[in-house]
Amino acid sequence: MPEATRSETPMNLEIFTAGLWRENPVFVMMLGLCPTLAVTNSVINSLAMGAASIFVLVCSNALVSALRHFIPRQIRITTYIIIIATFVTMVDYIIQSISLDLYNALGAFIQLIVVNCLILGRADAYAAKNPITRTVLSALGMGLGFTFALVCLGGVRELLGAGSLLGFQIFSSNYQPWVVMLLPPGGFIVLGCWLLLFNWLKQRKTSRLIAAEEAIDHSRQIETT
Amino acid sequence: MAKHHPHPVVDLRTSPYIRRAPSVDQIMRNVVYALLPVCAFSVYLFGISALALMLVTTLSCLLSEQFFCWMAKKKSTLPDFSAVITGLLLALTLPPGFPLWMGAIAGIVGISLGKILFGGIGCNVFNPALVGRAFVQAAFPVAISTWTPTFAANRFSEFIPSTLALPFMTPAATAEWSKTVAIDGFTGATPLALMKFEGVMVRTSDLFFGTTAGSAGETSALLILLCGTYPVARNMMDWRLPASVILGTAICAEFFYLLDPASYPTPLFMILSGGLMLGAVFMASDMVASPVTPWGIVLYGLIIGLLTVLIRLFGGLTEGVMYAILFANAASPLLETFTQPKVFGGDK
Amino acid sequence: MTGSELKKPLQQAPDMPSAWRLVSTLTVVALLSGILVVLVYQYTKPIIAENKRIAIERAIFLIFPDANNALTFRIEDRRVVPVDANTTSGEIIHAVYDRSGQLLGITLEAAALGYQDEVRILYGFDPDKQCIIGFQVLKTAETPGLGSKISTDADFQANFHCLEAQVDVQHGGLRHAIRTVKHGSKQHPWEIDAISGATITSKAVGRMLNDSGQQLLPVVVDNLQLFRDAYQAETG
Repeated sequence: MPEATRSETPMNLEIFTAGLWRENPVFVMMLGLCPTLAVTNSVINSLAMGAASIFVLVCSNALVSALRHFIPRQIRITTYIIIIATFVTMVDYIIQSISLDLYNALGAFIQLIVVNCLILGRADAYAAKNPITRTVLSALGMGLGFTFALVCLGGVRELLGAGSLLGFQIFSSNYQPWVVMLLPPGGFIVLGCWLLLFNWLKQRKTSRLIAAEEAIDHSRQIETT
Repeated sequence: MAKHHPHPVVDLRTSPYIRRAPSVDQIMRNVVYALLPVCAFSVYLFGISALALMLVTTLSCLLSEQFFCWMAKKKSTLPDFSAVITGLLLALTLPPGFPLWMGAIAGIVGISLGKILFGGIGCNVFNPALVGRAFVQAAFPVAISTWTPTFAANRFSEFIPSTLALPFMTPAATAEWSKTVAIDGFTGATPLALMKFEGVMVRTSDLFFGTTAGSAGETSALLILLCGTYPVARNMMDWRLPASVILGTAICAEFFYLLDPASYPTPLFMILSGGLMLGAVFMASDMVASPVTPWGIVLYGLIIGLLTVLIRLFGGLTEGVMYAILFANAASPLLETFTQPKVFGGDK
Repeated sequence: MTGSELKKPLQQAPDMPSAWRLVSTLTVVALLSGILVVLVYQYTKPIIAENKRIAIERAIFLIFPDANNALTFRIEDRRVVPVDANTTSGEIIHAVYDRSGQLLGITLEAAALGYQDEVRILYGFDPDKQCIIGFQVLKTAETPGLGSKISTDADFQANFHCLEAQVDVQHGGLRHAIRTVKHGSKQHPWEIDAISGATITSKAVGRMLNDSGQQLLPVVVDNLQLFRDAYQAETG
């Protein structure tokens, strides 16, 4: 049984940090790009979207994990969607009760968390196969990784597009804003640049690993001869 | 039986009798030559600001190309002159008083996003100069629609105030300055804007000789046409391409003009105003981004003309040539598939 | 990990659980979901209503700085009916009074489609001057730094020091339609000078004010005495 073998592997921080960096939902797995491109025109929107997504991701995945033995495979996607939709509706009301301004700024994208493939994907790929503590840990990592990516985009876009960060003016008042950064094309361009950076970092890391392994092989060969 | 000669007396060869085709850098160099008079005329009209803008955009295109070649550890592609064309064309589509730092950004974006990203010369899907311009159009909508008058006093001794804006800073307003240097009443509007918002038509002869406000190089239709004949005569550009762009514009404009002559401009106005000539002759004819099949070229030109008129008449912007060409660039692989000539003797 | 995981679907596919099992599972999950949603709804409903009321109250005080009290009315079929302050359905208007009970003006809501989504505003109408004297955005998802400038741009706000909204002779609409014009070309007091670079949102503001004004302001003007009397009746 795969589950037995999984449970044997020790609980470690790796489950949590995977989502942050190595399997980052946006920069590595390219999941949930719709909200990533749509709401990241300011840092505060990115943070709010990230927080809402973390809530939905953690709660729905925990519930899926708790019910994983109970849900028949044939109707699992239907069940997951119902569970996710429940938490999305809840977060919708909660944000309205926290701040109407924030709710208005995020527009329809709060409701659209329900179709964020990151959440359904994690429910099916991880929560359905793992115990609840691991699931929560992993979902938290994934959610924070998602928020990190949103803030990366939101930061660049707000800085260039409005000359501010979190609403505080960073550049002098004479700064010329790059309007395009606040518009949808800016989202695509900034996402492209971040992906470029991440892939470059990854490539550099792998090529270094390969070089290191080759060096070890080489030294072994010398030893044997 | 005739005796077989190992060495024939007459050297007979079968067709095709190809002369050596001009190389890429030869063509590009000649396009640069053809562009130089247009550049010179725009410097004459707008003064040193236009000259500085051209130098900055060309330099930024060359430097970014060199930078990316160095990053990719490739041989430098600077000697093929294509980056020079991108830089010059970019400067010609921008307003003469465009801040230099924005011009530099347009050059960097045009080369990186429009050219290098697709694999460098020969692989670009869109005209790089237009990609750069589209970016700054979306990024700095105010600066790119701020026009200054032609024949300003002291245009050879002082810069337009907005030109020397500090990097990342808002350029100075030019409206007051324009009023002081203009010979007669200057409204800060191009002929197209006058047509669209005020319903005023500029005299056709002014458009033809290019003494109206507008982008640095899009003003004189006559000069651009003359310059365009040079690469065409040297067989480096297909005359059908600009011709079909102009034809497409004429047909579409004529249609609306016949519908309602009172509210729509004449086809001649449409052809001579704005950046249509520059677009038709030098922009649409980007060798990589335009189709190669004969009918493909014609269709491509007609689409550009048609879209230009539609955007100008019904769009939010006054000028539509840039978006029309970018759209047709994207459509050109499709056009080529549709218009693939039949192989002689092949399947009917 | 990979080997056993790949085999799993193949092994499990044949044994189909009974329909009863499937239906009962879905029912239980749906029930659970329903309970959770209802709990949160019940808990947040008064908070959300309070938030909305505070937002409107804040907007009223920003439009009429001298305001001391406001009464809520609803326009029903060209008549004005007093309603409870927490009513949200229908065309809700507020009559605003100062400390001495004098009618300062009326606030009305208007909405139109902007660049991203619906923009909803609350605007103030001064019956003595017959003009719109300011607005506050209640709901917007416009691009920050562009469309959002309708509430911060000083030049744009200057349009609303007194935007003419005179009711026509028959009291069937406005004498001059309110409209948004290109930046820098405002000529009449009923025109709105657009923000350059945010034309779509500026036009939406003009459109919503015109739609709402044409429809509601004649009714408001017809019932001014009712608003004045209502306060007296309220305070005794």
